[in-house]
Amino acid sequence: MTLSLFLVQTLNGLQFGILLFFIAAGLTLVFGVMDFINLAHGVQYMIGAYLAAMFTALTGNFFFGLMLALPSALLFGLLLEFLIFRHLYARDHLDQVLATFGIIIFLNQAVKVVWGAAPLSVPVPEILSGTVVLMDGLLYPAYRLALIGSGLAIALILYILVSYTRIGMLVRAGATNAPMVSALGVDISRLFMVVFGFGAMLAGFAGAMVAPILSVEPGMGDNLLILTFVVIVIGGIGSIRGAFIAALLVGLVDTLGRIFGPFLLRLIMDPSAASQTGRALAPMLIYILMAAVLFFRPAGLFPVRK
Amino acid sequence: MKPLPEPSATAAPPLPASRPGFVRREWLPIILFVLLALLPFAAMLGPEKYTLSLVTRVMIFALAAISLDLILGYGALVSFGHAAFLGIGGYAVGILAAHGFQDAALQVPVALLASGLFALLTGAISLRTKGVYFIMITLAFGQMAFFFAISLSAYGGDDGLTLASRSKLFGLSWLENDRFFYGLVLALLIGCYALTRAIVASRFGRVIRGAKENPVRMEAVGFSPFRYQLAAYVISGMICGLAGVLLANQAEFVAPAYMAWQRSGELIVMVILGGLASLHGAIIGAAAFLLLEEILSGYTEHWKLIFGPFLVLVVLFARGGLLGILARVRGKSGGGR
Amino acid sequence: MTGLEAAAKAEAPATSATPALALVDLNKAYGALKVTDHVSLAFDVGELHAIIGPNGAGKTTLIHQISGLAQADAGHILLDGQAITGLPMAARVRKGLARSFQITSIIPGFSGLENVALAVQARLGSSFRLFGAVAREERLNAPARAILETVGLLGRADLPAGLLSHGEKRQLELAIAMATEPRVLLLDEPLAGTGPEESAAVIALLRKLKGRYTIVLIEHDMDAVFALADRVSVLVYGRIIASGTPDAVRHDPAVREAYLGEEGL
Ligand SMILES: Nc1ncnc2c1ncn2[C@@H]1O[C@H](COP(=O)(O)OP(=O)(O)OP(=O)(O)O)[C@@H](O)[C@H]1O
Ligand SMILES: [Mg+2]
Repeated sequence: MTLSLFLVQTLNGLQFGILLFFIAAGLTLVFGVMDFINLAHGVQYMIGAYLAAMFTALTGNFFFGLMLALPSALLFGLLLEFLIFRHLYARDHLDQVLATFGIIIFLNQAVKVVWGAAPLSVPVPEILSGTVVLMDGLLYPAYRLALIGSGLAIALILYILVSYTRIGMLVRAGATNAPMVSALGVDISRLFMVVFGFGAMLAGFAGAMVAPILSVEPGMGDNLLILTFVVIVIGGIGSIRGAFIAALLVGLVDTLGRIFGPFLLRLIMDPSAASQTGRALAPMLIYILMAAVLFFRPAGLFPVRK
Repeated sequence: MKPLPEPSATAAPPLPASRPGFVRREWLPIILFVLLALLPFAAMLGPEKYTLSLVTRVMIFALAAISLDLILGYGALVSFGHAAFLGIGGYAVGILAAHGFQDAALQVPVALLASGLFALLTGAISLRTKGVYFIMITLAFGQMAFFFAISLSAYGGDDGLTLASRSKLFGLSWLENDRFFYGLVLALLIGCYALTRAIVASRFGRVIRGAKENPVRMEAVGFSPFRYQLAAYVISGMICGLAGVLLANQAEFVAPAYMAWQRSGELIVMVILGGLASLHGAIIGAAAFLLLEEILSGYTEHWKLIFGPFLVLVVLFARGGLLGILARVRGKSGGGR
Repeated sequence: MTGLEAAAKAEAPATSATPALALVDLNKAYGALKVTDHVSLAFDVGELHAIIGPNGAGKTTLIHQISGLAQADAGHILLDGQAITGLPMAARVRKGLARSFQITSIIPGFSGLENVALAVQARLGSSFRLFGAVAREERLNAPARAILETVGLLGRADLPAGLLSHGEKRQLELAIAMATEPRVLLLDEPLAGTGPEESAAVIALLRKLKGRYTIVLIEHDMDAVFALADRVSVLVYGRIIASGTPDAVRHDPAVREAYLGEEGL
């Protein structure tokens, strides 16, 4: 019983970690390559979820919805880049924080105006609606397994893209030393646009994928954004590999901590105190983790820029 | 391989007015304070309670914004968890009151001590990191405080804690009087403004300002900026804690939401909106932020559709915030810094 | 530390006094690149000792290690016979070791006077004073003005340092270093990027300072080096290949070989 609970929770943690990775991947590149703090990355995730909800409702099919949501999220990201972000690259971090904070305020309200304040729900697609028997007495929803699977696949694709393609090489070089890359004659603004659009699409994809299992509502990106920052800072800003490992770490620590923290505490204190302390500590765990990582490695686990 | 390890300060543009008017008399803050002092009399002509409560709130956030400007504007220490101090100050009032200690004579020292200790502890760790990592680690500490507050189920947990009444002042219930409370907040605002003004102009302040522009140069003349930055962080946290005490009294309520990261973001926005590194810019920023919110929301429930783009436009077209605009209008370059 | 001190003495030439500054078998590598390769040098009290060498020889990195901006991988640094290896930069400054930077490092938003007064303040301590307008403190400003006068910048003292000309910034760097009242002054290419007139002014200033401090001078301008230096050491690929009086070094075959084709001596 406890073993299967543990396995289920581990899978939940993985799934959460993968979700974080989708968002973190774009953010860490935008951050690493352009040195740009984009608080609005979380609302791009929200927009992805809303677009998926809308297109799914329109087409009556989640996969069509997804297919339409992705390019729309990409376009939306590029639009934001064109209208606002590209004017901020040369500014300092504070200006970026202020402007992207304004975008959050605007978009959180805008989705209310367009889609209503009530949460939307998206049905889980028919073929993935069942559960899978992983082992004796261990059932897991098929959709969540699919989410984990697609996450691993995308992580792999990303890894190959970044490691073996020309644009990936530029991205890596850009994260290490952007002025150098531009001095070598690379069109840095095009590179920025590509990276940005790609990041926006990944965040949108994350939003679309969770639409069937979470409620789609205004502000849904806000807290996730902060978790994503935790991820990229732990991983080392600009490092895809770091983002991947840190995302899984944060996902697992957060999920397992909430469930098993009180259990473990029960070993050293009485049950009611344990469950109370456990509940108090669990949400703080990842922040403690982050502070600890930065204490020992002030530039994250996989520092890119030395 | 990076062949340029050598420090240079060429990145920072030369700003003639980075010595914020030590010699030149600054009229703007004086005008501001006079207006604030006269406001209660004007308020009597209209909806007095509403006006006083709104402007009291503005002044409390101005106090918090000033505390942030001290380290952010003058020290380039972007604390993204400053709202934690608002919460610490607020909870000091709430928790003590819940146990029957209602007097500000106890609550304020406890709040200051708690904020100072929290700042000392988190600052000592945060200041080991630089730049973006500093932003993020202060955010992390802010979030820890936020979740800790949520876990305080004895004190309302998620929902927060309603105060039975405002704090007593040496046994007297003067704070219940809105006019008195307004005056007290204004006095504290002026006091803290004068204090921070003195600090940035002092020997200590010079070290903080120097470390902002060129930390390597500071070390090369024999300063270790860490200790000074930590002290500034503690001072800033304590002032913000004081603002938290006032905020709890103004709202007669404390909740974890005081410490949400959005709140910290708003404090940063206020400081930049008004204009960095001037202290009265922080007051103007807080006022602009809260009054705009109040006015816009009076017109439409979708006021954020206007407010968000307004912030973006300020960044894109009004460098130096509102003070920057003011300076340009007056035709003086950099008068706002 | 007696063993170390003995070692330092052994490195020093005939003079019996403790050298103002001694480097004992200093080593540093960036990856496979040895930027400092078994460097041992002693600098006598009051001498002006120039270190020359081609671009990339490791001169700046050596200054970084002596000043504490970078840490050596191995070896010892002695100031007046006392080990300062491993101390952070600020602590070394307080012990009397100041430096200037090859790439100008000043506080651009501060006036020239404030830049120098800041260094005076660092020396006097009590920088935790939260009250009192520092800008009006004569205890800081008077010594700062005196130094600015020495370097010839007094007339420009109230201008933001960022607005000074390049040559003036180089002079300001020197003034800041002097204001810490060092015994040993490490100067990393004080003439870098200066025009003929500006460089003449800086050379005149260096001549004035000579003898007041023990000076370690890194410079590419050979006329300046041979006009000013008491002794010259030549650093090539992180190694000291020659050290001696200007004349001896000028005629040293190893130096000629290292330099020929790269720069005319
Ligand atoms: N942080 C670093 N990481 C890697 N290599 C470095 C670093 N700093 C310097 N180097 C390398 O060490 C070598 C020595 O550099 P250094 O700046 O000390 O030379 P230098 O003698 O001062 O040259 P110049 O006359 O041009 O000022 C160079 O090849 C440089 O590229
Ligand atoms: Mg050099």
